[in-house]
Amino acid sequence: MGDRNASYVRTEMMEPQAPPITEVGAIRWVRENLFDGVLSSVLTVLALLAIAFLLHELGPWLLNSVWNAHSLTQCREILQGEPGACWGVINDRWAQLLFGFYPSTLYWRPVLALVLLFVALAPVLFPSAPRGLIWFTLAYPFVAFWLIWGGSIWLPISVALGFGIGYATLLATSRLGLLISTIAAVVVPVLYWLLFSGDVAGGLASALPLEIRAVPSREFGGFMISIIIGVTGIALSLPLGILLALGRRSNMPLIKVIAVVFIEFIRGVPLITLLFTASLLLNYFLPPGTNFDLILRVIIMVTLFASAYMAEVIRGGLAALPRGQFEAADALGLDYWKAQRLIVMPQALKISIPGIVNTFIGLFKDTTLVVFIGLLDPIGLASAIRANSDWQGIYWELFIFIGAIFWIFCFGMSRYSMHLERRLKTDHR
Amino acid sequence: MESMEARQIDRSHMQVSDEVAIQISSMNKWYGQFHVLRDIDMTVRRGERIVVCGPSGSGKSTLIRCINRLEEHQSGQIIVDGTELSSDLKNIDKVRSEVGMVFQHFNLFPHLTILENCTLAPIWVRKVPKKEAEETAMHYLTKVKIPEQAHKYPGQLSGGQQQRVAIARSLCMKPRIMLFDEPTSALDPEMIKEVLDTMIQLAEEGMTMICVTHEMGFAQAVANRVIFMDQGQIVEQNEPREFFNNPQSERTKLFLSQILGH
Repeated sequence: MGDRNASYVRTEMMEPQAPPITEVGAIRWVRENLFDGVLSSVLTVLALLAIAFLLHELGPWLLNSVWNAHSLTQCREILQGEPGACWGVINDRWAQLLFGFYPSTLYWRPVLALVLLFVALAPVLFPSAPRGLIWFTLAYPFVAFWLIWGGSIWLPISVALGFGIGYATLLATSRLGLLISTIAAVVVPVLYWLLFSGDVAGGLASALPLEIRAVPSREFGGFMISIIIGVTGIALSLPLGILLALGRRSNMPLIKVIAVVFIEFIRGVPLITLLFTASLLLNYFLPPGTNFDLILRVIIMVTLFASAYMAEVIRGGLAALPRGQFEAADALGLDYWKAQRLIVMPQALKISIPGIVNTFIGLFKDTTLVVFIGLLDPIGLASAIRANSDWQGIYWELFIFIGAIFWIFCFGMSRYSMHLERRLKTDHR
Repeated sequence: MESMEARQIDRSHMQVSDEVAIQISSMNKWYGQFHVLRDIDMTVRRGERIVVCGPSGSGKSTLIRCINRLEEHQSGQIIVDGTELSSDLKNIDKVRSEVGMVFQHFNLFPHLTILENCTLAPIWVRKVPKKEAEETAMHYLTKVKIPEQAHKYPGQLSGGQQQRVAIARSLCMKPRIMLFDEPTSALDPEMIKEVLDTMIQLAEEGMTMICVTHEMGFAQAVANRVIFMDQGQIVEQNEPREFFNNPQSERTKLFLSQILGH
C-alpha cells in the first residue's frame, strides 16, 4: 500500500505459506527455550552442571541398592563400605508400613476395601461408568467400615438406616415448607442414632448374628490410617464446605453468623491443636465410660478443619459467577436448592477445582500429623521401625518410600483434576 | 428503522383483550436512600405489546425486574396474573414460572448445551417428562431458526444466536407474559435484526410483552403503547404514532430528539 496513493484494491488473495526453517521443529525449540540470550544460556549450562552433580552423588547410592537384607548390619556387610541404599528395610517391613499392627491374616479386608473404593469412586469420577454403580457408592462407606473394623454387620446397617429415616422424614414433611422439612430431616435421624440405633443393631444381632472378627482401632497403622482419614475427610469436607460456603452467602442472618464464626474459628486454629482436642480434651467433655473411637474423633476434626478451607475456596468460585446466572435461574422459577444444584454449583465447583484439589492434597498430607497424638501413621511407624535394633539409624530409605507413596496419591489427584478441568471446559473462551 | 418497514407485519393475532395481565399500583422502590421507582401505576392487558424507554438510570429495567421479583419493591402492589407479589416464596415461584424473561447479556447457562438450557426449567419446575421437554425445546429452537445448534454449548454461538436461544428457553416454559430487558443492547448491529425479527414473530402470535429497548423502529412497528420513564417515574405514555409524532412533555421531546436525531 503506497503512502502517497490512498486508494488500493487487492486483486488476488494470498495463499498461506510455510514458516521459515528456524521457526519450526527441534531447532526452534532449543533456541527458544534453552539458548534464548546470554542469561538463558548461562542458566542452561548451570542447570546441566547441577543435574550432573546430583547424578554423580546419588547415582552410586541408588545403583548399589540392597533389596534383600533383614537388618542394617547385614546391608553394610553386603555393601562393604561402598555407598548404597538399603531398601531391605522396605522389603522387610512393608506390611507394617502399609497396615500397622493389623492382624496379618486379615490383610485381605483392608485391601478389598481399597479395591472396592475404586469401584465406588468410578461413577463419581467418570461419567462413562455405569450409572447403577452409584447405589454401590452410597453403600460403600458402610461396607468399608464393616470390612476394616469388622464386628457385627448390623451396626453399619443400623447406622445406614438412619440416613433412610432422614430421607423418609424429608419426603413426609416436604409439605410443611423447605426450612421445617430440612430441620426435621436432620433432627429425626440424629435422635434415632443417639437413642435407638444401638438397640436396633443389638436386637438384630441377637436375632441373626452375622459377625466377622473385630479389629480395634489401636491396631491400625501405616498408610491404611492415612488413607482412611484422608478419604473420609475428603469425602465429607466437600459437602460440608459447600454448605458452609452457601451459609456464608445466605441472606438469613443466623445462618450467616454460624457459618462465619465456624469458618473463622476453625481456620484460625492450627490443626494440631484440634487433634489434641480430639485426643485429650474430648474425654473431659464426654460422659465417663463413653468409648468414642480415637480414629473417628480424628476424622471429625480433620473434616471440620478441611471443610473450613473448602468453604472459602468454594465461596471464591461462587463469587466468580456472574450475577446473571443467579438471575436467570430465578427468572425460570427454579427454587433455591434446584438453582444451586443445577446452575450454581456445577459452575462454581468447576471454577474452584484447582483450589478444591489443593485442599484435598493438603488434607491428605496433613494426616501425618496424627503421629503427635499417638496414632501410628507411616511417619510414626518409621520411628517405631528405627526403634528396633535391627534398623537403628536408617532414615533416608524409609522417608523416600513414604514420600514416594504420598506423591503417587497426590500426583494422581492432581492429574485427575486437570483431566476434569479439560472435560468440563465448555465455555470455549 | 428501515429494516422494520421492509417487513410486512401480520396484525391479525395482535389483539388486546380486556383481561388484566399485570396490575401495578402506587409502587415504590428504593436502593438504600435512592428512590429508584416513584409511585408507579400501570396496567397491562393480555395481548399488549409495551415498549418502555427512557434515559439510562431512569428505572426502566428495575421496573420490569420488579414484575418477576428479581427486585423487591417496598410499597404498593404488583399483581401478575392474579397473583400478588409479596415475600411469599410460593407466589414468587408461581409468577416466575408464568413470566418469561430475556436479559441484556443472555445469561445462558454455559455448562449446559443449548438443548439442556431449554429443557432444564420445564423438567425441574414443570415436571415435564424429558422426552416431551426436548420435543418442545426443538419446536421453539426451530422457531427461532437455530435447531441445528441444539447440541452445541452457548460459548460456541454468536451473540445474536445466544439471544435467540435465550428467547426459546423462556418460551419453553410456555409463559403468558414475556419481559425483555434491553435484549439487543449487547449485540453487534448485524445481529440486532435477527433478534428483533424473533420478537416481532412473537408479537404477531399475540404474546403479552413488555420490552425495555432503545429500538424505536421496533416500537413503531409492533408496540401498541410506548411508556417513557425518567427519574423513576412514568413521564408519558401513548400509542406509538402519537408518542413519536406528537410528544407532550418537554422531557420526552428532548429524549426523542437525542435518540432519533443522530
